[in-house]
This record gives sequence, C-alpha cells and structure tokens, in this order.
Amino acid sequence: MANLRELTRKKDLLAGGHRLCSGCGASIVVRQVLMAADTPVVVGCATGCLEVSTTVYPYTAWKCAYIHSAFENVAASISGVESAYRVLKKKGKVEREFRFVAFGGDGGTYDIGIQALSGALERGHRMVYVCYDNGAYMNTGIQRSGATPFGAWSSTTPVGKVTTGKMQERKDLTAIAAAHNIPYVAQASPSHWKDLVNKAEKALNADGPAFLNVIAPCPRGWRYPSDKTILIAGLAVETTFWPLYEIENGTWKLTNKPRERKPVAEWLKLQGRFEHLFAPENEALLQEVQTRLDRKWENLLKLCGES
Amino acid sequence: MKWDISKIKEWKYYEHPQASTILDAGNAENYETGGWRSQRPVRNTEKCTQCLICYIYCPDSSIMVEKEEVVGFDLKHCKGCGICAEECPKDAITMVSEADLAKEGE
Amino acid sequence: MAKTVALTGNSACAYAMRQIDPDVVAAYPITPQTAIVEDFATFVANGNVDTEYVTVESEHSAMSACIGAAAAGARVMTATSSQGLALMWEMLYIAASLRLPIVMHNVNRALSGPINIHCDHSDSMGARDSGWIQIFSENAQEAYDNTVQAVRIAEAAQVRLPVMVLLDGFIISHAIDRIELLDDEVAKHFVGEFKPVYPLLDVRNPVSWGPFDGLHGYYFEHKRMQEEAMKRAKGVIAKVADDYAKISGRSYQFFETYRLDDAQFAVIVLGSTAGTARVVVDRLRESGVPAGMLKLRVFRPFPAAELIDVLKHLKAVAVLDRSEPAGGLGGPVFTEVRSAMYYLDQSPLIANYIYGLGGRDVGMFDIMKVYSDLHDFVEKGTVEKVINFLGAKE
Repeated sequence: MANLRELTRKKDLLAGGHRLCSGCGASIVVRQVLMAADTPVVVGCATGCLEVSTTVYPYTAWKCAYIHSAFENVAASISGVESAYRVLKKKGKVEREFRFVAFGGDGGTYDIGIQALSGALERGHRMVYVCYDNGAYMNTGIQRSGATPFGAWSSTTPVGKVTTGKMQERKDLTAIAAAHNIPYVAQASPSHWKDLVNKAEKALNADGPAFLNVIAPCPRGWRYPSDKTILIAGLAVETTFWPLYEIENGTWKLTNKPRERKPVAEWLKLQGRFEHLFAPENEALLQEVQTRLDRKWENLLKLCGES
Repeated sequence: MKWDISKIKEWKYYEHPQASTILDAGNAENYETGGWRSQRPVRNTEKCTQCLICYIYCPDSSIMVEKEEVVGFDLKHCKGCGICAEECPKDAITMVSEADLAKEGE
Repeated sequence: MAKTVALTGNSACAYAMRQIDPDVVAAYPITPQTAIVEDFATFVANGNVDTEYVTVESEHSAMSACIGAAAAGARVMTATSSQGLALMWEMLYIAASLRLPIVMHNVNRALSGPINIHCDHSDSMGARDSGWIQIFSENAQEAYDNTVQAVRIAEAAQVRLPVMVLLDGFIISHAIDRIELLDDEVAKHFVGEFKPVYPLLDVRNPVSWGPFDGLHGYYFEHKRMQEEAMKRAKGVIAKVADDYAKISGRSYQFFETYRLDDAQFAVIVLGSTAGTARVVVDRLRESGVPAGMLKLRVFRPFPAAELIDVLKHLKAVAVLDRSEPAGGLGGPVFTEVRSAMYYLDQSPLIANYIYGLGGRDVGMFDIMKVYSDLHDFVEKGTVEKVINFLGAKE
C-alpha cells in the first residue's frame, strides 16, 4: 500500500537533468511507477520523448540499468533481457532478483509497437509494460496516433475547411492487452498517485506479464500551460475520458468511480487541441464526443459489474 | 567520479566506451536544466504541512526531501513548470518570475 | 572421438548450436532456415541444451530480443533467411553498433519480389553494410565449422561484432552431406565461457545502452570505433581459424584457391557453386586450359590485400555474383574485387557474371562458357561486356 512518506525513502530512479519539457506528464508517470519497485530493475524504452530526452549521450537520467534499441520493439527487447535473466539466474550467473519494465509512448505501443507488445504478452514474460499515453506522436511533432482522441487536432489531422481534427475513434489498447489473458492490466493516472503506485506494485508482483496504460498529459501537444498537467490528468479521470480500473486475472474492477461524472467539455476546454470543438458550427461534434464517451462508460460499468 | 566526461569534447574516437554505452547511471544530475525556467517556486514554510504532494508530482525530481520532509527545491534542475504551486493543497508554493528576481538582485 | 555423420546443412548448423549451447535463442521460422529452429526446438524440448528459447512473433522481434538478451549478458544465437533478414534490417545495424557478439545463420534465399524461396545471395548482400561480419560456407561441413568459429570471432575482445554465417538455401541447407563433427566437449571448450561487456544485469554497475547521440554528440566517433573493430576482425578470423585447425584438422582462410597458382583464367565464386566450378577447372585442365578458381569465404571484412596478391598474375578473372547489380557497376562481389584491383599496377581483365537468381541452376556448361569468354577477352585484349547474365533467358 502506497504511503507518501515511505515513498520518499525509495530511490528516485529518474534523475533531474533530463531534457523533457517543463511540465511533462511522462516523467511524473515514470517516477511514480518506479517508486513501486522493491528490487533492481532493468528499464527499456521505445524511441520517443522519454527515450530521447533521458539519454542524451553522454548523460543518462536513469539511475538503473536501461536499454533502448528501436521504436517498435521495446516489448521484444525487454523480452530478450528477461529471457537472459531467467536462464542466467538458473545457471547461477545472476544472484539478485530483477524486475523488467518497458516504457513506450502511445506511438510505440498502440501503433508501430503493437505487434511486439502482443507477442511479449502472449509469451508470458515476467515484465511490466507501461504505456505513457500522451495521445499522439509527440516526439516527432504531435502527429496523430491510434490513441489520439476523436475530434482532436493533430499535425496530421489538422482542423481545416473540410475536416475538423481526427475523425476516427481511438483504440482501446487496455482491452486489447486484457484480451491476452495476462495476470494484470490496469489504467492509471499520475494525478491519482496512490492508485497508480498501488497498480504498479501489483504489476511488478504479477507472475507473468502486466500492462499499465497511464495517461500522460503533454503541455506542448495538448496546448495548455505547463502547470496544469496534474489537473488535466485528474479531469480526464473525472470526466471518464480516462477511467481508472484494473483487470486482475480476467476480473474487471473499477478502482475509481467519480461521484458525479463531469461533462467532458470541462476537460476539453482546457486544451488548445480541442479549441475548434467550441466553435458554434461544431456543436454537433462536441455533443458526439460526449455521446461516444457515455457509451464507453456504460460498457465499462457493465464489464466491471457496476451498472 | 565513476566516469570522467569533463574533457569529452577532446576525446579521440577510441576513448569513448564501446557501443556508446553510458557508464555513469544518473549522471544527468550533472547537467543543469535550471537555466530553462522563467519562474521559480518559492515555499512558505509556515503554510507548508509537509504533505509531500509536490514531491510526487514534480516532473524533474526537483523537490528535495530529507527524512520525509521537503527541505527545498533543486534549482539546478527545476524547470519552473509550476505544477507544485498549482497542486499544493495549502497554496504554500508561489511561482516567482526569474526576471523580477534578477532585477531585485541588481 | 570426432564422428562422421550424414546431415543436412540446416541440421549441421543446429548441431553446432546444440554443442555451443547458447544462453538464449530468439528465432522465427522462414523457408529455408526452418529446420534449424525446428531441430533446435527438439534439443530444447529434450533438455539437450539449457538454452532459453524465445519463439518470437517476427524476425524483427527476434533480433530485438537477441539484442536485449545479449546486452543483458547472455550468449545469443539465431537464424533467418531472405524476407526475415530484410524485416530485421534496422535491427542488424543496431546489433552491430551496440557491438553485440550475436551469431546468426542466414540461409541464403532470394529476396522478394517476386516471391521465391530458393537460393541466391541478394538477402545477405542487402545487409553487407550493416556492420556484421559475413562468412560464406560452401557445404554442410563448412557451415558447421564456420558456426563454431563464429562464436570465437564475434566474442573476441578486439572485435565484439555480430557474425552472419551464410549457407546456400536448399542446395546446402536441405541436402544431406557427409560431415565430420567435433566432440561435444571439444566444441564447448573451443568456444569457452561467455564474457559479457557492460551487462544490464550487473547490479553494481547500472549502465544505459542505446542513447541518443545527436548533432552535438559523438555518432561519428562511435561509428569510427565500429569500423576499427571490423578491421581488427580480419586478424581475429585468421587466428581463430588457426586454433580451429588444431582441434579439427581442417584449415580455413579468407578464401580458398584451387589450381590458381599457375592459372591464367579464374572464376571467383561464393558458396556452393564453388563445387561445380572446381569440377569445371579439372575438366578444362584436362584439355590443357590453364584454369583456376577462387572461393571467397569472408566477404565482410573484405580481404582485399590478400585477394589481389593471389589474383594479380592472372590474365582474366570472372566474378560470379548471385545477386543483382541493381543499377550499380556490377554485383557486390565484382565491385569489391575490381575496386581492390585498383591497387595493382597491372590488373587482370575482369568481368561480372550475374547468375543463379531465384535458385536458377548453374551447371558445368554455364561455367565452362565463362572460361571460354575469358579466353576470348584475353584474345581481344578487352572485356566486351562487363556485366553478363548467366542463365537468364535473353
């Protein structure tokens, strides 16, 4: 069970001095997840904001062992590290117990990385895959990904005379991960740090693969001032755009049920990438966003046995 | 020092570690990102209840904590994002403009 | 006691892998490599090896997992062909730049398109700039011997580069040949213990692998280091071959010459075609033609100095390439050999023969025609057509 005072005694495995943007959600996610670790860890990173900004040669912000190889394959790379660990431990060449954590953005996870992720989950490696979902290919300049919300502006789904932002619905990667029948899957938010750290703990202790999908607001890509990252993450939870739940050995459970569901417009209006939704001619679109979200929430409640 | 990179700009190619591996874990601490900020956090120690919320929300690991208590901000690395000020439940942190501080210093 | 058995090329490779008993194998099947991974799977299932066998979901993930495992501190092997090699293309470069001593069999198969599962060298030639050491095998015996040597070459401290052992798809991989195997103990002792460099699992020395090395970084220096290692690999390949000769009685060099010393015309060839060429040389010699042959074993690093030393006395040389020029001045082997000849004050006439693409058979008469051409070139004093397509219907 997470306790802030106790957490301050844990080693912060991400050092200051990395080059992530001021107010970046990803580093907050990383810090919180790794605080749940009780053993040495090997971290893998997919190419992306986190990777590039934390390992600008000759500096590394990682206080633990770390590997990056390419964009779409952190799940496969970490599968390799974990396999090596298993065999070397059996042979007595490694003494300590390790845990393996792969970090990938939504780009490297939902889209180009989905194959490697699926393979790793299916093979049952004892590893935790953490997706820091900032809803677009941020590192290359805010291009849309399979995780970009419906209606959002992105540099490849800009708002123009003919189209108004991303017209496709986003993928439900958390459900896809759960469909692999792995011991632990969860959705979390850095705003709800206790929930996130507890989930990270469960993930690290799972006897098999675990997948954490964590919302990571991006001041640059979402167009909001840098101090609002946690606020916006929290609102995403309260409007149920980003519900908090876990799937433990196939059983779905809501870990946070907002007392009153805030209208999603309260979340959208804080972000420049949704500004166009508030233009009078887009009223129907704004309503569509809410309708789709309502449907998803109802489905989730059913799955969690809450309706 | 684990890995002395002070003269790295003059290194011949063979002086780099094999495979561009970085040998000093966490040495980013020696890289100052404090110069990025245009405002810095200031804590009112009377209002602060040591809830540690700023600690868990800082993207740059820049809330300095000793013996479970906040003792200050790591200004070598703090980028002045303002999350700590925004989230502090007691409004004990305010963001002060670096430009103003510089002027005061004159 | 060394034993003599009948094995296919693929089984010989798998046998070597069993004796080496790597820590991790991460592999994906593809014709004509499949039997290697299947044979090895049987070894794993029967407990003949202690290997952690990762049945990945694609070749790209295979090389990615190999990279992760090798960086973690394990001895790693894998195998692939053609499209699989092409799919892992970006990871090949990364494996080499991360200086990981991975040993991989690439069973040479034509690259699509059109799709074709038979032998040519377009796949490994497409990867010739990836930074991998490339060693060609003429037959199952060589495939076996090269595998065992590859581990020592890759892991040598001055090298630390991945090694690709090549064998011709179907022709060697699937044909049963007579081969002499080392004793398990002898092979195991030859490869020795794996010594990891900066392993991820060293808890006292956490390191970061694969950093961002940008515009104001040292990418150029790191690449320079890699080139230097490739240069040093030549000496190591020779030394390992010497050591291997002591335990096996079989000698290997960068290439093998056949009746070349007193030859005037020669053919340079890689892989199984050397067998056919040798027969042709003997036939021609019977009719008094001063024919010779050179079989290149090590393609990367390219042994230019040694090569031109044995070629310089020839009147004409034909380089047989089993992959296309693709708009270049000839096939890959031809362009390297001709470039090497630039160092000579007087170089032999040289021509290129693209042959055997997509598994198109090349027979004695085809190769005899090449020698006949060489003879004509010398008579005329010039090479009329530099790039020729041997065996295509034109």
